[in-house]
Amino acid sequence: MSEITAEQVAHLANLARIDLSSEEITRLTSELGQIVDSVAKVAEVATPDVPATSHPMPLTNVFRADTVVPSLTVEQALSGAPDRDGDKFRVPAILDEE
Amino acid sequence: MTNVIKLSASALSELLSDRSVSSVEVTQAHLDRIEAIDTGVHAFLHVSGEAALAAAARVDARRAAGEVLGPLAGVPIAIKDVLATIDMPSTAGSRILEGWIPPYDATVVKRVRDAGLIPLGKTNMDEFAMGSSTEFSAYGPTHNPWDFDRIPGGSGGGSAAAVSSFEAPLALGSDTGGSIRQPAAVTGSVGVKPTYGGVSRYGSIALASSLDQVGPVTRTVLDAALLHDVIGGHDPLDSTSLTDSWPSMAAAARSGLADGALKGVRVGVIKELNGDGFQAGVSQRFTETLALLSAAGAEIVEVSAPNFEYAIAAYYLILPAEASSNLARFDSVRFGIRVNPEDGPLTSERVMAATRDAGFGPEVKRRIILGTYALSAGYYDAYYGSAQKVRTLIQRDFDAAFAKVDVLVSPSAPTTAFKFGEKMADPMAMYLNDVTTIPANLAGVPGMSLPMGLAPEDGLPVGLQIMAPAKMDARLYSFGAAVEALLEASWGHTLLSQAPDLASTEKITRAAFTSTEGAI
Repeated sequence: MSEITAEQVAHLANLARIDLSSEEITRLTSELGQIVDSVAKVAEVATPDVPATSHPMPLTNVFRADTVVPSLTVEQALSGAPDRDGDKFRVPAILDEE
Repeated sequence: MTNVIKLSASALSELLSDRSVSSVEVTQAHLDRIEAIDTGVHAFLHVSGEAALAAAARVDARRAAGEVLGPLAGVPIAIKDVLATIDMPSTAGSRILEGWIPPYDATVVKRVRDAGLIPLGKTNMDEFAMGSSTEFSAYGPTHNPWDFDRIPGGSGGGSAAAVSSFEAPLALGSDTGGSIRQPAAVTGSVGVKPTYGGVSRYGSIALASSLDQVGPVTRTVLDAALLHDVIGGHDPLDSTSLTDSWPSMAAAARSGLADGALKGVRVGVIKELNGDGFQAGVSQRFTETLALLSAAGAEIVEVSAPNFEYAIAAYYLILPAEASSNLARFDSVRFGIRVNPEDGPLTSERVMAATRDAGFGPEVKRRIILGTYALSAGYYDAYYGSAQKVRTLIQRDFDAAFAKVDVLVSPSAPTTAFKFGEKMADPMAMYLNDVTTIPANLAGVPGMSLPMGLAPEDGLPVGLQIMAPAKMDARLYSFGAAVEALLEASWGHTLLSQAPDLASTEKITRAAFTSTEGAI
């Protein structure tokens, strides 16, 4: 039933920002096909009259008091960054300039 | 002095509070044990000996000054590496977070420190808690203390192995689809997944936010209750945290030890979670345990949960969907490693993709791609939408069952600990291992695993799973403590007293083993 193709996996990998090798794409294409075939059985009982549940213990309108509380310092926030420039995260070019 | 590493946390608590032993002595004994055996077990990714001894000395000084401290003050604890710790690396078993030291503590870690417990270090796990064996840890697997050729369960195999090999009396775990209960089952220890929202998730590196729950990993039901009392309760930093006030779980566990605690308790046996696909010795110990319960006055009722059949399918859509979204934060900018592509221009997008390729292992990639697929336009309704409906049906199954019974029971896992490599080549075989534990996560109800014997065919531990209605965690502890006492009385000892003494041999394997150890 599954119609997952290597092109589709490559597209999904691009959406998920993972630079998969062609071997990984080949392997994942076959594995995903099997997994999707197995999990597709949810459709057997998911009839229109059944409401969806997104959360096991639904809570709504969770607010806290509108007061200032301590937060991370700049040093703490930057402490795990792979690269920084002063008080900022340093990143590679955002745009691909050909 | 008694061998303090063999004592339960509650027993240590008494010795510490009357100052028969010091926390420094207890902590040093556990650090020595880790030093002696963890090369073989590999439960720990990081051990924080100096900081632990310093924290222990502070607790001892406070006690010496006459301060009255909480029951677990001075007791050592191991912390699953999924939890953020301000003074120790927190990698969630992934290469992408190698060496990352968070700028804050998870709420449960803070509560544990505030209660005077002594963090010993961080325990191994499947990468981002994706797995049932620790074989997907980027740092190598943990070995089952009962047999080093076998898996300790997962994802929290490190925490379960640490307590069952007497490296720590207590540990913290997290359970998204069974990651506390299944490792407890295969290592002969106790693990509890609390009601969703009962324990804060703040600072727990997220796998699937609507399923994840932090909980205790211990050797006794009372110890789990004592730790639950420390970590549980509302946390304003977690918007899914329940604001309910909770009864003392320790008091509930102690009430289970009273005479006649099992009399009249209605125990539901879930028809769908036994029989086909369950190892013979697992089913045998389960049947024997039910007979013991019945003899103790409990009423055994068979109940049906027809939609549990769809739980794994729903879970492996909901979990990857949520995980693919949660793991988008690993973008090589704010934390974790950064890897440049081998060639071509260095743009943020290409660096991110190269980093995620290098930093994520095979199971994480598989689930991110699956989740991305399940959430794609055109497939969303058929997969993710249907899975959410199954979630409703499973909640209804629980509601119908709990209208008839007080607790539900099943084996905690379909088999005893399997061998390394047995399920690595087949993702679905690994996923099917979670059949017993996943329904509780989908519905948010609390669940516990405790040991109910050794399987006759392989001499390995078998776990009993107990589930209670949402927010009725206290019932798990009163019933669980009663069952534990009943089983131990029938054996004449604890299950873990039968585990190999790891100090005397470097490598434990048990190729041929037969056992008569069981529930009766």
